[in-house]
Amino acid sequence: MINAIKNLFGNKDQSGDVAKDRLQLLLIHDRMNCSTELLEMMKADIVAVISKYVDIDDEEFDIEISTMETDETHKKSPVLSANIPIKNIKNQKKK
Amino acid sequence: MSQVIVITSGKGGVGKTTTTANIGTALSLLGNKVVLLDADIGLRNLDVVMGLENRIVYDIVDVVEGRCRVKQALIKDKRYEGLYLMPAAQTRDKDAVSPEQMKKLCEQLREDFDYIVIDCPAGIEQGFKNAIAGADRAIVIATPEISAVRDADRIIGMLEAHEVRDQALVINRVRMNMVKRGDMMAIEDVVDLLAIDLIGVVPDDELIVTTTNRGEPAVSDGNSLAGMAFKNIASRIEGNEVDFLDLDKNNGFVDKLRTMFGFGN
Repeated sequence: MINAIKNLFGNKDQSGDVAKDRLQLLLIHDRMNCSTELLEMMKADIVAVISKYVDIDDEEFDIEISTMETDETHKKSPVLSANIPIKNIKNQKKK
Repeated sequence: MSQVIVITSGKGGVGKTTTTANIGTALSLLGNKVVLLDADIGLRNLDVVMGLENRIVYDIVDVVEGRCRVKQALIKDKRYEGLYLMPAAQTRDKDAVSPEQMKKLCEQLREDFDYIVIDCPAGIEQGFKNAIAGADRAIVIATPEISAVRDADRIIGMLEAHEVRDQALVINRVRMNMVKRGDMMAIEDVVDLLAIDLIGVVPDDELIVTTTNRGEPAVSDGNSLAGMAFKNIASRIEGNEVDFLDLDKNNGFVDKLRTMFGFGN
């Protein structure tokens, strides 16, 4: 009921929800005991492996831990996502 | 079967000492023999919250170092039948008591008491490890704030690592009007995030301040909503099923209107 009223007033940026979302990420990081150092090490390893096969832009390479909603339960679970820009595919010229 | 319960939180200032005092007093009001054990060595405060600061002769460090017997360091609270306090030492460090000494002390106290309620120091260092060493179960206190919930999560992990697996959560200083506005995390959000059983929700209550000023636990004040919440927690500790307080009622004009028009939950 309360939520219905909230939506009615278009009040979406509630600070309580912001706190909850921030905490969710924070706790994932804390629980994984995953430091930035560790992420950097993972990143270096992934770059090394993928570079064997494709030419990637390791400057723009981005790896992060975030949350994603799973389909059935709508509960957020942690995901490790990497964004790996590819520089050259086969026949393209190098810059 | 006596129980050793440690009240802990990680973060300071979320209400560990107040909770220890109130849950302990409430347990004694239910007819139990209870000892409140202040493990916050160097920063003792349970004595002042209980209004027993003028009666300290010996403390916990005197006991473990053999300068007095256990009974000599127990202060009997004359207001409540069966309630005792063992104060912390004020002029010593957190490591003045070792985990082994704490375990031994808890075992000794078990012989005479139904409940040993331990006020744990803030932090995750040695003082925390000492305080939880003899505990059967832990009550983790958090307020609905990011920092407090985060620290509570660390504490839950550390309790787990030290094999204190029986854990329950108390959410303290809840301001229902803010929760309703969406400006404070809701109870269920905090419980979801921490993923442990909820044993109590305590509203933010000015009477906590005034009763503490007088050195009386809030459970002694029949008008205190927080006191009522603490009594309910004590009853749940005893194994009773008690409904959670309706913290929504009569919070203000708007709420009354809302109830009137059927918008209450």
